[in-house]
Amino acid sequence: MDINRRNFLKALGITGVSIGAGKKLNAATPKKENVKEFYGILYDSNLCIGCQGCEWACATEHGLPEPDFEDFPEVGKKRKANENRRSVINLYNTSKGDVYVKNQCMHCNQPACASACLTEAMHKTEEGPVIWRDKKCMGCRYCMVSCPYDVPKFEYFSSNPDIQKCDMCFDRIKAGEKPACVTECPTGALKFGTRRELLAEARKRISESPEMYNDHIYGELEAGGTGYLYLSPVDFEELGFNTAIMKKPYPELTKGFLYSVPSIFVLWPAMLLGIHKATKGNKTKTEDNE
Amino acid sequence: MSNTDYVLNKENGRSPVWKFLVSELKPKGRVFTPFNLISVPVIILGIILIVIRFAKGLGAVTNLSQEVPWGLWIGFDVVTGVAFAGGAYVITFMVYILNMKKYQSIVRVTVLNGFLAYVFYAGALLLDLGKPWNVVNPIIGNNFGVSSVLFLVAWHFLLYMLAQLIEFSPAIAEWIGAKRARKILSAMTLGAVIFGITLSTLHQSGLGALYLMAKEKIHPLWYSEFIPILFFVSSIFAGLSMVIFEGSISYKVFSDQISRKNHKSHHDIVHGLARICTITMFVYFFLQILTFVHGKNWEYLNTRMGYWYMIEIFGFILLPMVLFFHSYRTRNILLIKIASIITMVGIIINRLNVTVIGFRWDAVNQYYPTWKEIVVTLTVIFIEIWIFRWVINRLPVLRESPSWTKK
Repeated sequence: MDINRRNFLKALGITGVSIGAGKKLNAATPKKENVKEFYGILYDSNLCIGCQGCEWACATEHGLPEPDFEDFPEVGKKRKANENRRSVINLYNTSKGDVYVKNQCMHCNQPACASACLTEAMHKTEEGPVIWRDKKCMGCRYCMVSCPYDVPKFEYFSSNPDIQKCDMCFDRIKAGEKPACVTECPTGALKFGTRRELLAEARKRISESPEMYNDHIYGELEAGGTGYLYLSPVDFEELGFNTAIMKKPYPELTKGFLYSVPSIFVLWPAMLLGIHKATKGNKTKTEDNE
Repeated sequence: MSNTDYVLNKENGRSPVWKFLVSELKPKGRVFTPFNLISVPVIILGIILIVIRFAKGLGAVTNLSQEVPWGLWIGFDVVTGVAFAGGAYVITFMVYILNMKKYQSIVRVTVLNGFLAYVFYAGALLLDLGKPWNVVNPIIGNNFGVSSVLFLVAWHFLLYMLAQLIEFSPAIAEWIGAKRARKILSAMTLGAVIFGITLSTLHQSGLGALYLMAKEKIHPLWYSEFIPILFFVSSIFAGLSMVIFEGSISYKVFSDQISRKNHKSHHDIVHGLARICTITMFVYFFLQILTFVHGKNWEYLNTRMGYWYMIEIFGFILLPMVLFFHSYRTRNILLIKIASIITMVGIIINRLNVTVIGFRWDAVNQYYPTWKEIVVTLTVIFIEIWIFRWVINRLPVLRESPSWTKK
């Protein structure tokens, strides 16, 4: 019944709009439907050879300093992203030999950073990437406090500091291209697509060669689901992943508090005024204390 | 503000008010007091550091890192400072809502203290912002990040400052001698008080709610979903302890301004406040125990952070609570003052435990403030005290209102 009515209204609307606006709007409608699904990137540790091509491509794409040749992934060395590099590869010695892992922004479905941002500078786009916008940001760094992955990096030695973080090459995605790191990757360890496609692909890989993969897609449920998805031969704990990450979206932690705000705003003044009226005639008390 | 000025000007004619204001800018009292000798060099050094901070970035002055983005300036200046400023909403609640007229004589000084605290600690927030010129974004323009707790806190700071200014404005009107303005402004007091208490409830707890999303980053002994409630309840006795502490200093320093009647009632007021502190601290202590049991954190007790936690709970909540209770029963003013100081130290410890000490307690590179951060913090506090003193010496805050108000 409901769907019928909706379809009817939709048809009516489309007819009306196409009569009114002709070709222009009609062409725009299917495009809008395409962006409903978030894009993401699937990273497969089994395929990564640690060439750092993605690091170079990222630095070139975003005008960041060139990576240091001396600084390559090594076992026992924890390389971290910082204000000069948005993405890093690390090497871990695990129960199944040496395994590479790439770290960058996870592009959560419901990002803590974006819900923390009071100026909407940190923003979850319809396409999926979480981007940062310098004109809106006031540099409070609440996004950094809130991000469970410690992703946003702040330029502490600048008088006009920016936040640096992976934006999944949002400009390239809008232009119909793939992110720079995905294009650069020589082994196909990085795969770009809609999140749904990538999850299906990840499950396929696990079921086709269960001996190669740990049966866990990191990012499917972590932090309520992330845009970046990870496959690995071992437990993610061995790869330096934070295993304390919740399986629900982080913004839910503040939801209860924020939902209580309107009710307090309505109830408190009424209550206070009531108490004021009730205690007003209390003459004896006043005289006592004076 | 401009509205007020307009009314004042009409009342008195233009030139006398400005001449009067200029004459009031001149210092009153001795110049070479110990406080001045200490504070002036610190303020000069602090201003130099602030210039360096804006020229070279936050990293040049602070020890903040990518893992610990908020340090002393937020944890102490803003979060702790605002807790201490809570006295204003508690006292206005008691006087205007509960009609406890006994505390009327300390309303103005408490509201002034609260107002200046907000101005300066929100000002300290500007020092911490990377792009402070964008601070207007969430206030004007279409950048309303309504899902953010910080958005709520920012707006509340702004509105609460306005409410406090209205609550305090009759004193300004009396100072300049604006009779009609005083009448209008006094009539707005109850509204401002109700609005102010509502705002305070929300942003005192909101400062705690800021840290709710940092679930894995804060030590489990201090992180719980009840942080907002704990912050709110503790702001009551934090603010009152500040009132007792500040009152006992003002009582000595500005003793010439206080009328004989208020001199007499001072002890009575302090006793009353001690009783309220005892009750709220008991509630808070109980809430802390509940939170602890609820969080099932027994295994952390026998660690270094666990000992630190127990020192906070027993040494800085239970102990001052017992002291308040005992000194209230024995009417021992000195003991009340000691208890209020211990309570204040306890609040500083608690707020820093959540925001700085317990934040990333497991990090390899622990955050500790640089001497420069401490100097800037002291600068903010000293400038606030300067302004406070300036106002007390001129406006009818501690002293009686001029006789024309009684007509």
